[in-house]
Amino acid sequence: MKTKIKAIALALALALGFGVLGSAVVASEVKSLRPTEASQPDAPPAIYKVMEGTKHDRAYRQQPPLVPHQTDKYEIDLKVNQCLRCHEWPYSDQEKAPKISDLHYLDRNGVRQDTVNGNRYFCKQCHVPQAEAKPLVENKFQPATLNTNLR
Amino acid sequence: MSNDNSAEGKGLLRGLWATLSKPTSKWSLGALLVVGFVGGVVFWGGFNTVLELTNTETFCLSCHEMEQNVYREYRGTIHDSNRSGVRATCPDCHVPRPWIYKIQRKIQASNEVWHKLLGTIDTREKFEAKRLELAKHEWARMKETDSRECRNCHNFSAFDLTRQQARARNRHAEAEQQGKTCIDCHKGIAHQLPAGAFKAERELNESLGSPPKP
Ligand code: HEC
Ligand code: HEC
Ligand code: HEC
Ligand code: HEC
Ligand code: HEC
Repeated sequence: MKTKIKAIALALALALGFGVLGSAVVASEVKSLRPTEASQPDAPPAIYKVMEGTKHDRAYRQQPPLVPHQTDKYEIDLKVNQCLRCHEWPYSDQEKAPKISDLHYLDRNGVRQDTVNGNRYFCKQCHVPQAEAKPLVENKFQPATLNTNLR
Repeated sequence: MSNDNSAEGKGLLRGLWATLSKPTSKWSLGALLVVGFVGGVVFWGGFNTVLELTNTETFCLSCHEMEQNVYREYRGTIHDSNRSGVRATCPDCHVPRPWIYKIQRKIQASNEVWHKLLGTIDTREKFEAKRLELAKHEWARMKETDSRECRNCHNFSAFDLTRQQARARNRHAEAEQQGKTCIDCHKGIAHQLPAGAFKAERELNESLGSPPKP
């Protein structure tokens, strides 16, 4: 009985050992699609900067305009929203920033409120800046410019 | 007993006064001057060393009230790390450099030590509750001094506006003409802002008015 168990254990150990060796051999032969070896850690991603002062066209009518400036240094939380310090009237005039449209004041029932409504409070949910990076995959999106009443 | 003691004490004091007021015969004036000079240097040096020791980031952060709140928010902002590696630490913005204003600020700080002992802001909740008041003090101070601490490092007249981003360029050209100061526009650059900051800003501007035009 004991010898049998020993034999099985030996066989298992051998099988495991071969398995590990075998896979090691395979790993070194695997061709990686990335520029780095499959067994090596990935190269750190390139650093892209946010485009400052570039006007971005809208790709479709309902699109929230893209932000032509950096956004990460502006605090948005329960206490304050620094975007509003430039984009809400009356600041928008002195800061020469586009005033947020009245749609930002409608609550979910379509009733106009006096302060920016909760559903539009977190600006970066809809408005994002653009980095100067080439898309990794070709983008086949077609702008909906044909969908207008100007036939 | 006590009468005796006080009499003795008085005698001692009187003796001390007599020695102090009596011109010395053993010591030459030169020796006295040298001793006085060296003593003065040692005292002054020691005083300033202690002053400088309390003027470091490490000293500020030895209070957990500062480390847990403002420091954590300051981490990663432009004044903590940037491409040029020049940092602005707590005292750079909060302690004036000219000696007389520095001493004034240090004396004020004894009030802060008192509140530290009282535990006025020893939790995040207490800190947030008090924060608007603290921020208002700082804004008022910087407005009064035309943001002197910012201008220790940044100089309006040395700004190369052509190298600034468009938003900054437009506003800075205007600000210089209108005699505005950095803190008028750059609030909350190193820390988070307290709730109600913008209302307080409007009130502050109304009460202080714009700084006089240069
Ligand atoms: C210091 C003032 C300031 C702050 C703070 C600020 N912006 Fe702006 N923003 C501007 C200015 C000025 C423009 C116009 C820039 C231009 O036309 O080149 C602008 C443009 C924009 C636009 C483009 C609007 C359009 O019609 O094309 C969006 C969207 C925007 N900002 C969103 C934001 C968001 C979101 C935040 C907060 C994260 C924010 N902004 C914070 C000043 C500011
Ligand atoms: C739910 C998505 C959404 C959120 C959240 C949102 N916006 Fe918008 N925003 C839009 C859309 C859509 C438009 C374009 C249509 C319009 O004018 O309302 C727009 C337009 C704008 C414009 C351009 C107005 C103009 O006339 O050129 C600015 C500036 C702007 N938003 C700023 C902000 C700021 C600041 C916030 C945060 C307080 C914010 N938005 C939050 C969707 C959003
Ligand atoms: C010890 C010197 C020093 C002091 C004091 C100082 N700054 Fe700075 N500031 C810097 C440096 C260094 C940079 C980063 C420059 C760079 O690499 O772009 C900077 C950057 C800035 C920026 C650019 C922010 C950005 O996101 O690009 C602003 C705004 C600014 N400082 C405002 C102020 C204000 C307001 C004060 C006063 C409360 C102040 N600074 C005090 C050294 C200082
Ligand atoms: C009238 C308002 C106003 C005043 C006053 C003002 N600034 Fe600015 N400043 C801005 C705006 C708007 C920006 C661009 C948006 C931002 O960085 O949030 C800016 C950007 C900056 C930048 C970054 C520039 C860049 O190209 O990225 C620095 C540094 C700066 N300010 C320093 C100062 C200093 C120092 C003072 C005081 C001598 C000062 N500012 C006074 C409005 C002002
Ligand atoms: C670039 C300048 C600058 C630096 C560096 C800086 N502060 Fe401040 N600090 C300010 C300004 C400006 C205020 C006024 C409130 C505001 O605008 O955020 C302030 C406010 C405060 C307040 C009052 C509470 C509040 O949040 O308003 C405390 C406490 C404080 N700072 C502590 C520190 C400590 C500790 C450090 C070092 C980790 C530090 N500060 C670094 C500029 C600075």
